Amino acid sequence: MTDSSPAGQILARFRLAWPGFELDVDLTLPGRGVTALFGHSGSGKTTCLRCVAGLERAGESHLEVNGERWQDSAAGLFVPAHRRALGYVFQEASLFPHLSARRNLEYGLRRVRAAQRRVDWDHVVKLLGIEHLLERLPGTLSGGERQRVGIARALLTSPRLLLMDEPLAALDLKRKNEILPYLERLREELDIPVLYVSHSPDEVARLADHVVLLDQGRVVAQGGLRETLARLDLPTALGEDAGVVVESVVAEHDDAYHLTRLTFPGGEVLVARRPEAPGQRLRFRVHARDVSLALTRAEGSSITNLLPARVEALAAADTPAHVLVRLDAGGTPLLARITRRSADQLGLAPGLPLWAQIKAVALLG
Amino acid sequence: MPLSVHDIAAIRLTLELASLTTLLLLLIGTPIAWWLARTRSRLKGPVGAIVALPLVLPPTVLGFYLLVTMGPHGPVGQFTQSLGLGTLPFTFAGLVVGSVFYSMPFVVQPLQNAFEAIGERPLEVAATLRAGPWDTFFSVVLPLAKPGFVTASILGFAHTVGEFGVVLMIGGNIPGVTRTVSVQIFDHVEAMEYAQAHWLAGGMVVFSFFVLLALYSSRRFKPGFN
Amino acid sequence: MHPVHRFCTALLLCLPLTAVADDVQVAVAANFTAPIKEIAEAFEKETGHRVVTSLGPTGGLYTQIKNGAPFEVFLSADDGTPAKLESEGEIVPGSRFTYAIGKLVLWSAQPGYVDEQGEVLKKNDFKHLSIANPKTAPYGLAATQVLDKLGLSENVRPKLVEGGNITQAYQFVATGNAELGFVALSQVYKDGEITGGSAWRVPDAMYEPIRQDAVILKKGADNPAAQALVDYLKGPQAAKVIAAYGYEN
Repeated sequence: MTDSSPAGQILARFRLAWPGFELDVDLTLPGRGVTALFGHSGSGKTTCLRCVAGLERAGESHLEVNGERWQDSAAGLFVPAHRRALGYVFQEASLFPHLSARRNLEYGLRRVRAAQRRVDWDHVVKLLGIEHLLERLPGTLSGGERQRVGIARALLTSPRLLLMDEPLAALDLKRKNEILPYLERLREELDIPVLYVSHSPDEVARLADHVVLLDQGRVVAQGGLRETLARLDLPTALGEDAGVVVESVVAEHDDAYHLTRLTFPGGEVLVARRPEAPGQRLRFRVHARDVSLALTRAEGSSITNLLPARVEALAAADTPAHVLVRLDAGGTPLLARITRRSADQLGLAPGLPLWAQIKAVALLG
Repeated sequence: MPLSVHDIAAIRLTLELASLTTLLLLLIGTPIAWWLARTRSRLKGPVGAIVALPLVLPPTVLGFYLLVTMGPHGPVGQFTQSLGLGTLPFTFAGLVVGSVFYSMPFVVQPLQNAFEAIGERPLEVAATLRAGPWDTFFSVVLPLAKPGFVTASILGFAHTVGEFGVVLMIGGNIPGVTRTVSVQIFDHVEAMEYAQAHWLAGGMVVFSFFVLLALYSSRRFKPGFN
Repeated sequence: MHPVHRFCTALLLCLPLTAVADDVQVAVAANFTAPIKEIAEAFEKETGHRVVTSLGPTGGLYTQIKNGAPFEVFLSADDGTPAKLESEGEIVPGSRFTYAIGKLVLWSAQPGYVDEQGEVLKKNDFKHLSIANPKTAPYGLAATQVLDKLGLSENVRPKLVEGGNITQAYQFVATGNAELGFVALSQVYKDGEITGGSAWRVPDAMYEPIRQDAVILKKGADNPAAQALVDYLKGPQAAKVIAAYGYEN
């Protein structure tokens, strides 16, 4: 399993052709943090994940995870799924129905040699808040509880790579919000690289450090979360969902107006009162459709959040009626989706200074 | 006592035959059913059809071919003779072989259905939890297919108990060796010994009823996978 | 003519055809299949009547007759069943007669295995001796009578294998699964000789005659063709055929 490939990286190249579908990807991913495989359904993201897991066998393939070679079609190497030190979380928790939650957790744990166990039982059980569920059968658990047990089960195999296939897609909003904090803690507390498949921009924006955008079995873009989401050539693939993610810090609370001030490089925004304490980090998302532009600072407007910015570039949007404008707000990239007519009337051109009016922010936390 | 010594010997023999046949069928039928449930081979159709043949063939046809192939001039007979085992017709072992063929679909098909119902997902889950194929089979497939095994055992056992044509064709009606209950009933009826026939036949009806009752009761619980 | 009328007329024209006196429905015991074919052919050629045969085991045919089967003549493989039908009032009184007497033969598929005196039985040098079920088949009963007469019943008992009927007893021997067995001469006999293997024709004195009786059933009482067939069966042409198949009459 030794190889000259750089540690701290995941190299994945898969090519497979099915009737009506083709996957052709060549990825170089960071060997740590959360990488989102993002795209519409049918874009090949789940197939790609299954290839990494060894559940799907691509005709032409090469896979190295942090220096360990798992697959190389040229060398005839294919490590079967059960010999890959990975964890897999399926869309539906897929717990074994004949085993209690505890026995489900033990199933994977027992199959890993004691010397190779690096994840602590108590830690994981506490991290996912499932202490009180251990003796229950899967049939008696809610969807969210099942999914938390499923995640814990995968973690307890001490994986070198955690694969998550839309772990929240089968859950309603309430359950999603119940699990998301656990996933964030996972990212912060365990040093396990995660490949996270999702078609939800919010989920990706909230959890991912790195993004791979897939469309029709091909990689459209890959890179850091902020840069990738703010790229002008991608939003066409995203349509209405185009937007950016901003990393901010809670600055202070205004208890009189029940507001919280968030600061970030290049500006600040006011949002409805947040529970986080000052100093804490908070991500939020700004949809391009929620940003309007003005040449002068608007007075007498109800819009609170105004940021000085500079036009960087313009590009076609998802409809012929709109254009996308990429802005630089003092170091923070923003996207605005406005009508072509407005763009012409404002005389938008690269370098033009103006004011970005932010109608809404979506807080991710 | 309404049952004669011969009747009781026939009952004991039948139970022995059915137990042994069921046991063998579970051993032989499980891999066949597993293969049928999982394969994408083009042989799936033909193999499935061969296994199902006893469902549609008259038992006398199966019995006749067994008689010929296991006889001293048949290929199976030559093989068993070369092993110094003699030939199989008129022996208990011969009945077991015949019953295994005859009851095969009743064991293989419920197992195949159970395996197919499990689907791909639990096997994939097990693989991502480091369980190899054999490990997966014993730790996941067997427990999940338990209702299928119960059904297969009950049907295989009951069908062997009720088997008549094949036994008649290759058994030779030897008391204590090949004279099963169904043949004994046939003899009683043919000889117009209706009283004895009723005791045995009625017993069969009651037995079959309870077997099916057990079967349908056991089907109430079906754990789902999610 | 209205189409419906035309259809009805056609139907009426057809009806008598199924009931004309020219047809006779015969139930025949399966072991008499070959001879009845030959006899029926000759009979049809000579009389212009038509014979419709239904073949089956004697017991099965009896059950069918009791349950309203449209048979007019019944050729049984034994004498007990026709007697039973007679006592039950199912036949034309006085119509019962023996059309053939079955002959028992000890037979092996291997040439030279059975000697002409049946000494092979006393040597007891075989693994399986096939007979028909003596409780239900006349040939099986006859076989046990022969063994009793020879004083061999006890010796061969462990080696006896029983066929459910005489056809099966023959099958066991023909396939070699049993080295020898008591079968019907008609099964191994054609045109005055044994067709294959080796055989001992058991002397008549060693077993009760295996009579095969025929009757005219009540359904055939008014059918001249039924009477004609019975008359033909008793005649010399039929006797020749019956003898050629190894029966006495």
